[in-house]
This record gives sequence, structure tokens and C-alpha cells, in this order.
Amino acid sequence: MRVVRDAWDYLLDGANWTGDNKLLDLLLQQLLVTFTALGLAMLVGLPIALWLGHLGRGGFLAINISNVGRAVPTFALLGIFVAADSWGWTGGHFPGTAGLGPYGRAGAATLVALLLFALPPIITNAYVAVREVPLDVREAADGMGMTGWQKFRRVELPLALPLVMSGLRLALVQVWATATIAALVAGPGLGRVITDGFVRTRYGQGIAGAVVVAVVALLLELLASLVQRWLDPTSPSRGVRSSVRKDGMPVGGPMVATAADPSAPHQ
Amino acid sequence: MTAIASAAPAAEPSCYSRLTNEWVCSAYWTDRREEILDALVQHVAITAVAVVVGLALAFPLALLARRFPWLESSIMALSTGLYTIPSLALFPLLVPFTGLTATTVVIGLALYALTILVRALLEGLRSVPADTREAAQGLGYGSARLLVRVELPLALPVVMAGLRVATVSTVALTTVGSLVAYGGLGNLIKDGVTSNFRAELLTAAVLCVVLAIALDVLLVLAERLMTPWARGARS
Repeated sequence: MRVVRDAWDYLLDGANWTGDNKLLDLLLQQLLVTFTALGLAMLVGLPIALWLGHLGRGGFLAINISNVGRAVPTFALLGIFVAADSWGWTGGHFPGTAGLGPYGRAGAATLVALLLFALPPIITNAYVAVREVPLDVREAADGMGMTGWQKFRRVELPLALPLVMSGLRLALVQVWATATIAALVAGPGLGRVITDGFVRTRYGQGIAGAVVVAVVALLLELLASLVQRWLDPTSPSRGVRSSVRKDGMPVGGPMVATAADPSAPHQ
Repeated sequence: MTAIASAAPAAEPSCYSRLTNEWVCSAYWTDRREEILDALVQHVAITAVAVVVGLALAFPLALLARRFPWLESSIMALSTGLYTIPSLALFPLLVPFTGLTATTVVIGLALYALTILVRALLEGLRSVPADTREAAQGLGYGSARLLVRVELPLALPVVMAGLRVATVSTVALTTVGSLVAYGGLGNLIKDGVTSNFRAELLTAAVLCVVLAIALDVLLVLAERLMTPWARGARS
């Protein structure tokens, strides 16, 4: 248990928190990477998924993209990106280990990998969310003479919001985890404290880094669930749709294996 | 690239030499066959043990959660929290207890699998229609026989869906075990990253995905064998 005390000492030593490439610096870097990637993934994924859901097309793709994302190891993809610094068609510099401003070494490679791993939960949940809006509600909207856009904007989107949000929450957890793994390819973020500690057999430092990463992960998840509850128009006393919403995604369907995802909404 | 690649057969260095560093290189597969197979075997072993242990732990937990509703919310909260912790952080947290061993990786992965499987088991048991349950009770089934003969078979599709998710993600997560030198194919990836060895990287990555797909297909087939009654109804 000496390592535990080492970890404790490491965390208590202020010198390990402030300064270049120290805990606070790396924490901010990882938060920056995480939210940049999440933002990009939302920009790319949400419009496509919501629109496909509105049209009711492309469901097979939208749902199975999650299964693909799950099968590809983050570490492997990061490794390939980092080693791919001389593909002819990118002019020899994509992405490789090249630094990218505040995103640090292998910043571009990390951002692309994070973006790719954030997309599946966002796309799948947003698509399912819009598709799950009950048919009679849609028909009522049609009957009121709403145009396609009005129906989407005023009926489908508000009703889909809780599930879209839980997709974003899943993506946030996933991106934070992936950003940590970036350290395995000497990328940016707090994971560096962990890998560095293990490479140099300073296990106390490695464990200390792990504690910080885990605590921030739990805080992010907590924060996300609070935001989700706050934004959910259907949550508190309006019981109309609660029976549908309670389970989030349908379980047991052959394609929506995401239902067993532990972070799926379950309150 | 073209000039060096065309010269490669004449010059001795193979397609995985530092100069050429091809992504796809059959000489690498033949020369390092043992090493690749060892990594693959370790990967499969770690994944399999982790999922089996996860399932063995999830089963009693799910039954407990079903029996005592007050326990369910805490089990759920705990598993959500656990799932939130990145794997690269979970393994170090286990190291003080289990050291730099394969056990560390197996326990960590089993915990992740557990969080998925408890949910799947609960959802599955909940999906059993109440009237079916009542009919069985009316026929004099006790709670143990009801569970084994009626509820579990009917819960199987949902449970298997969860098991597939758990297995596929465990295959991917095993690679992170390379942090403590027990990562199966992840060890190859780690080596590939540090020495900028493309053939090794791509081979390990592709094998990971192929392994995940293979195990997934295996579980689908197993499910079909175990649920002969569903065959006609399946669309």
C-alpha cells in the first residue's frame, strides 16, 4: 500500500498542480480537447441524425454506427493516426504527432479520434429520439396543417430533446475517456500523468493521475445529468410522456443494442 | 514511397523495415507469427475471463436488485459511476490491490462488463410478461423453477443483447491493458506506437475488430441455438 501513500503525497504537493504540463495545465488541456471534440461532433452529427430521424430514413446506418464505434479500439485508432504522418493525399502531415496549438502534441490526431468516437452515441440517440415521437402526435401535427419544418421544430424536437441529451451525455463520457487514452500515444491531457508514472515506475504518480481523471469524469457526468434534467421539458410533473420516456431507448430490439448501455437514461 | 517499394524485393530489408514501413506487410505476419498469435491468445483469454466473471457477478446482483427495489437504485448509480471512469484511470486504481498483473486488467474489464450485464439482466427479467409468470405460478412453479424454466429463457434475447455489447466493448477495452503490460493485441499496438511500426499497428488493430465481430457472430449463433422457439417468429 505504499503506492497509495505515494499517490496521496503526490496529490498534496502543490508543485505537482501548477506549472507547465502539471496537473492543472493538463486538466485544462483535456477539458479543452474534450469540449472542442464534443462541439465538433454535435455540429456534424446532430443535424444529420435529426434530419434522418425526421425523414425516417437511413435508420440502419444511424443505429449500427454505434456498434461499429464500439468494436474499434480507441487506442488502435489513435495509434494508426499518429503513425500516419505521410499519407500522400494529405500533403504529408495528417495527422501524425504534429502539435496543434493549445491541443498539444498529436493534437490533430487526438481531436479526429475523439470526434469519431463522439459521433456514434450522438447520431444513434438523436435518430432514435426523433423516431420515437409517437405516430399519433405526428399525425396530430399534420392534421393541424403544420409544415414539415414546423412539425420538426415545434413537435419532434422538443419531444426528442431528453433522449438527444442523453446521447450527448454518453458522448461526453466517451470523449473524456478517449481523451485520457490519448496519453498512450503521448497525446495531450491528464492521461500523461498516468502513463508517465507507469513508464517511470512512479506508480504513486500514476495512481494520483488516475484519481484526478476519475473524479473529473464523475463530476462531468453529474453535471451533464443535472443539465439534462434541467433542460428536459417532460421530466417533472407532466406525466404525459413519462411512460414512454422512462426506459429511454427500447430494449431488446435486434439493432438498438445501445439500450444496454449503462449510461442510457434510467432515472 | 514508390521508388523504395519497387526496390524492396532486390534489397534485403523487408516491407516492414524502417525505410519502407508499409502498412500491410505479409513478411511481418510470417516472421512474427508466434508473437502475433501469443498476443491474440492473451487477448481472447483476458476478454473471455472478464466477461464470464462479469456475468457471474451480475447475475446475483440483478436478482438482488429485483428482490429489493431500494437496492436497485444504488446498484444502478454505482454502475453508472463505474462506467464513467475511463479505463486508463480504472486500471491504475486497481494496481495497489492486484499489482501489475493480468488480474488487474481482468477485474477492471469485468467491472465494466458487469455494469452492462446487470442492466441487461434486469431489463430482460422485467420484459417477461406478468401473465406468463402468473400462469407458471398457477401451474405450481416455485420461485427457483420459475426463474430457471420460465423467466430466464424469456429474458434471454435482452440478456444476449447486453452480453454482445459487453463482449464487443471488452475486446476493444482490453487493448488499454497494455498500460500494465497485459493488453493482448494492445501490447502490439503499444509497441507499434513507440517504434512507429505500421505493419504491427494495423495488424493488431484489424485483429481486434475481427475478433470483436467473430465473438459477436458466435453469440448470435449461440442465442439462436438457445432459443429454438423464436426461430419461426423472427422476421
